[in-house]
Amino acid sequence: MMNLFVLQLLNGVQLGVLLFLIAAGLTLVFGIMDVVNLAHGVLYMVGAYFVATFAALTGSFWWGLVLMLPAAVAVGLILEYVVIRRLYTRSHLDQVLATFGLVMIANETVKIVWGVSPLSVPLPEILSGSVPLMDPLRYPVYRIAIIVAGLAVAAGLFVTINHTRIGMLLRAGATNRAMVSALGIDIGKLFAIVFTLGAVLACLAGALVAPILSVDTGMGESVLILTFVVVVIGGIGSIKGAFLGAILVAVVDTLGGVFGPILLRAVLDPSAAGQAGRMLAPMLVYILMAAILFARPAGLFGGRA
Amino acid sequence: MSRLVVENLNKSFGALTVTDDVSLTVEPGELHAIIGPNGAGKTTLVAQLSGQLAPDSGRVTLDGRDITRASMPERVRMGLARSFQITQILPGFTVLENVALAVQARQGSSFRFFGDVVRETALNDAAMAALAEAGIDERAAAIASELSHGEHRRLELAMALATKPSTLLLDEPLAGVGGEESDAFVARLMAMKGRFTMLLIEHDMDAVFALADRVSVLVYGRIIATGAPDEVRADPAVRTAYLGDEEEIPA
Amino acid sequence: MSVVSTSAPARAPVLAPRVKAALVLFTLFALFPPVVTALDDPFLILIGTRILAYAIAAMALDLILGYGAMVSFGHAAYLGFGTYAVAILSSYGIHDILLQTAAAIALSAVFAFVTGAISLRTRGVYFIMITLAFGQMAFFFFISLSAYGGDDGYGLRQRSTLFGSDVLENEYALYYATLVVLIGLFALSHRIVGSRFGRVLTGIRENATRMEAIGYSPFRYQLTAFVISGCMTSIAGVFLANQAEFVSPAFMSWHRSGELIVMVVLGGIGTLSGAIGGAVAALLLEEFLGKLTEHWRLWFGLFLVLMVLFSPRGITGLIQQIQQGRAR
Repeated sequence: MMNLFVLQLLNGVQLGVLLFLIAAGLTLVFGIMDVVNLAHGVLYMVGAYFVATFAALTGSFWWGLVLMLPAAVAVGLILEYVVIRRLYTRSHLDQVLATFGLVMIANETVKIVWGVSPLSVPLPEILSGSVPLMDPLRYPVYRIAIIVAGLAVAAGLFVTINHTRIGMLLRAGATNRAMVSALGIDIGKLFAIVFTLGAVLACLAGALVAPILSVDTGMGESVLILTFVVVVIGGIGSIKGAFLGAILVAVVDTLGGVFGPILLRAVLDPSAAGQAGRMLAPMLVYILMAAILFARPAGLFGGRA
Repeated sequence: MSRLVVENLNKSFGALTVTDDVSLTVEPGELHAIIGPNGAGKTTLVAQLSGQLAPDSGRVTLDGRDITRASMPERVRMGLARSFQITQILPGFTVLENVALAVQARQGSSFRFFGDVVRETALNDAAMAALAEAGIDERAAAIASELSHGEHRRLELAMALATKPSTLLLDEPLAGVGGEESDAFVARLMAMKGRFTMLLIEHDMDAVFALADRVSVLVYGRIIATGAPDEVRADPAVRTAYLGDEEEIPA
Repeated sequence: MSVVSTSAPARAPVLAPRVKAALVLFTLFALFPPVVTALDDPFLILIGTRILAYAIAAMALDLILGYGAMVSFGHAAYLGFGTYAVAILSSYGIHDILLQTAAAIALSAVFAFVTGAISLRTRGVYFIMITLAFGQMAFFFFISLSAYGGDDGYGLRQRSTLFGSDVLENEYALYYATLVVLIGLFALSHRIVGSRFGRVLTGIRENATRMEAIGYSPFRYQLTAFVISGCMTSIAGVFLANQAEFVSPAFMSWHRSGELIVMVVLGGIGTLSGAIGGAVAALLLEEFLGKLTEHWRLWFGLFLVLMVLFSPRGITGLIQQIQQGRAR
């Protein structure tokens, strides 16, 4: 039981780290630009397809990862320049429609370019296999690598946000947009940088997860909604909130699925517990969101509701 | 009993104290004006009295009832109506519809899902009466967004009146209004005196000294003087506070 | 009495075209089946029923989107409640469409009340994301409902009955029943919009601060409208289940919620008849593009993006311009 718990906890943290990478960009885009971007999940998917393609071309996951980065930057910049930039001053309804259109375009384009059958990315040799954790439990090296890489990026992001000039502008922009423009900053440039940074982080999350998931067109969708939950729980515009929200959501989602039925068995007979557990587990994160919002409508670290 | 009593009201934004231990009373039927230089905290004070903003400490009572924690709609239903310094109207509605909605808020239920509200003569008649009182009845059928600035100010007043308040909080009703239009507005407020209890925030000193029964002077969030217009005008502290400010107190 | 006459001219031009447009649409809908018979393509009548059902849903969404400025991105959940009310009750031998509809409405009312009460404590971007998340919660709930096929869905053994008769098994009867319900709900919505309640709801859309300053607490009116809209949408689901004779969580995916918003916006928000026209336009476009290419979503998406980008103030702005032009 303890082993299972530790295993699932690690899986939760691994998912949480990925969710954070996606949510970080989304929360900044929401907070600073006040833009609803439904197409953010698409970037996660695109990152996975990029790494699959480049890895296949070069025969190396690492080269795939390296080549993915400039491609992600390009996608971010182009998307911002062609569509997102024109949405800043529009109503939320317009933003919803345009980015919903982008989701349709992206999903179909991916189907046309890469086909409908899922792609797989081989695990890099050096990170395959598993390490002993607690006897007899072993844990895959690659998943540990994801956690480490994700935490490293998160740390880098924290340093950037808290100790650099651009980070200061981002923090100021998330709480008070008028102030940033009053400082004489080129808002257009700042927005482009923020959006592209968010796009790269989402692509990176997709690329990192590609070797342990099948890469297909639906992968952005479920993650998008979970990311929304993360951003809402953490508070729009808050990186710290996104981090805690991501870990919380992922751990609840992962542990709930396994331990929900086990806990229910204490009060219900086994078959009813299994049934109820299976139905409740996928709803847990939303119930968590509802509970948090009920107490704090602006999320854990949000200033504005 | 005083109609509106404000006791030791405080409000700070971070290190900035915008309302500093403000106490004042407004007697039934009185027109009490609050003046003060720009940035004195007049609008923040109105926001706290109307329920838009919660004070950090202090108490507000209306007819002896504590309303410090009451929301804006609750205060309106108790008879405390307000107008806004920056015009707040329903732009896509006609002038009549704007005011009829204010009438509807206190007349019967708004949870009626059938029956054409356009044909409700009781609402429309009461709305027309409020429009007439504010001097904008001839524009009843116009779309509100198409009114002139002066007309918007009158519509603001009409909407406040239509809630049948006992007490009116008027936040710079003359803002941006000049000349004859301003004189007509002052005459209108003069005609309302006695029938309503009014707390008037205003920049136009001529208007204030013509209308007010009592004047309070707010400087840096503090009330530095309260009294009859003549007393306040003669108060040395008030003169000092206004010295260097472009607004002159008329002698 | 002069009061009424001063306000009437300002109102009449806004109202009349809305009703006129709806009457034209309803007439066309009523004439559609004979045309289908002449064309001898019975599959068309099924498409027609599907369009009518979506028209109900789009109109219901317009009540809160157009009149209340609440961008709900979770409305497909209510479609799902309607479809599963049919499937679940009929699996217990309850086939009566009135009972099934009542169950759909009851479930929707509870869900809309709870999720609406939480969502409406927030504004703007939050509201959109939270309604989306709650919609997804309902989606996952039905996916885990293995007794009804989970992800794969569940085929209905028979259609709903009306007063014990199986008349709805006839495609034409189902079509006309859906049309009658659409017309009835349009009349109802039209009354609501023009009522005291409707005026308050629209007033909150125009300026919530102003409404508070004349004594209204927006929350309770918005929540009531949200519940009404959800319940109405579930009625569309009841007919969709009968049309398809199949239910699945696909009816409640977030894409479906997005498509409902697209329908409302295509036809013009805040007009009711616009939502009906928008449902027709969107589904015909889908059918048409679908015949041309399997990648119709690419073109549909492109169409959406271009429409938002190249109308001067967006689709919503474009429609406001048209409406204001009409109102004057």
